[in-house]
Amino acid sequence: MDYPKDLLYTKEHEWARVEGDVATVGITDYAQNALGDIVFIELPKKGATVAKAKGAAVVESVKSVSDVFCPVSGTVVEVNESLSGAPDAVNKKPYSDGWMFKVRINSQKELSDLMNPEEYEKFASAQKH
Amino acid sequence: MEGKKTPLYETHVKLGARVIDFGGWMMPVQYSGVIEEHERVRSSAGLFDVSHMGEFLVSGPKATEFLNRLVTSDVSKMTPSQCLYTPMCYDNGTIVDDLIIYRHNPGNYMLVVNASNIGKDFDWAKKHAPSRVKISDVSDSTAEIALQGPNAEKILTKLTDCKLSDIAYMHFKDDVKVAGVKALVSRTGYTGEDGFEVYTGSRDAVKVWDALMKAGKDFGLQPAGLGARDTLRLEAALMLYGNDIDDTTTPIEAKIGWTVKLDKGDFIGRAVLEKQKTEGVKKKLVGFELVEPGIPRHGYDISEGVAKMGYVTSGTFSPTLKKSIGLGYVKPEYVKEGSQFNVIIRGKPVKARVVPTPFYKRKKEGV
Repeated sequence: MDYPKDLLYTKEHEWARVEGDVATVGITDYAQNALGDIVFIELPKKGATVAKAKGAAVVESVKSVSDVFCPVSGTVVEVNESLSGAPDAVNKKPYSDGWMFKVRINSQKELSDLMNPEEYEKFASAQKH
Repeated sequence: MEGKKTPLYETHVKLGARVIDFGGWMMPVQYSGVIEEHERVRSSAGLFDVSHMGEFLVSGPKATEFLNRLVTSDVSKMTPSQCLYTPMCYDNGTIVDDLIIYRHNPGNYMLVVNASNIGKDFDWAKKHAPSRVKISDVSDSTAEIALQGPNAEKILTKLTDCKLSDIAYMHFKDDVKVAGVKALVSRTGYTGEDGFEVYTGSRDAVKVWDALMKAGKDFGLQPAGLGARDTLRLEAALMLYGNDIDDTTTPIEAKIGWTVKLDKGDFIGRAVLEKQKTEGVKKKLVGFELVEPGIPRHGYDISEGVAKMGYVTSGTFSPTLKKSIGLGYVKPEYVKEGSQFNVIIRGKPVKARVVPTPFYKRKKEGV
């Protein structure tokens, strides 16, 4: 499992890369592995308001349907359109090509609720496979 | 409580399978990945542990008569070494289970039933059996391994003296030696590909599995789990009990009306099924594909406009066809190819179009 050092993490296995007041969001290596082959992704609309810990996107593997919970509240400023033709990018490169959407963050304070890489690695390792 | 294990459980764990609870059984859902396993079965071969399936032995001078009353298809027309796919129904025509009947001779049969229905089926069969028909449940002492894909015959040939080319589709041979082990081999399967199902004693399952894996090495064989089994059978539009058929649907409503033989005399459920065949049904199973992005799933509503008029029984992203396909019950006026309706996905209508089934049909080589 891969836990990049420059990201923040949620207990639902999303990651956020914070650059200024914008957070790029995706799901973690642990999450993509647990889901299996991803075949469809429903992304939020640009301009949509998203709330922390609420479903913002949906990711479907062959066998399952899962919500992607937003790590922070804000407004969607960009979505990864290329995933509609290649959802398996989330399996192959969950932290780069597999990013899902970018959020303009409402309150930087919310970021303190997220886990750092060390905390997340510990958390994910303790999960039952 | 921990689920039941097949004799191959430890083998799956060693192979790195992801194990899930499937109707009380701890079964491999995938090894390397559902799509890779699916494609492997279509292109070369896959090996499935289906030992959770139930097997009953039925014997006695009245066995044929009894079975012919129990199921909808015509058991009396079977020849020795033939397999017959058939539902068995309740009096109201809805389905107890779908099964495969193996005829050794008119007084001896094997029934292969769905794992989750073993207890229910056994009770149902027992209840209707005359005293001189003996039924025994040999599920626990029987293992079943399915070898499926275009390379299946080449692989199995390496392990047996039996001339496999003599076994036609939906036929079997008993007392065959596979890897030195006594087995029953049938040309059957649940994937839409050519292939075999090998029945052995539970104690011999690991030996047969390992020998098959080794024999298949040069033929692209890989183990395949229940995930791929489901996508493969859905592409082939084969019914899954609990999804597409159950005790609220009849064979006429489902896509298996051809299994209902009205010219064979009385059988359980006949009156209702005969009426449905002549007067029509209120709902009918159809195959469809989505014409807008999304994936249909079991239980989603089907609507015309905003009004619900049916439901999805099975759905997936088809790895072979690279599109979203599904089966569902709709009003009879929507069964025609090209008919359009909506599947409701997360509250939103997504356009679907009725297409012919099976969604996928293999190209047959030679004869």
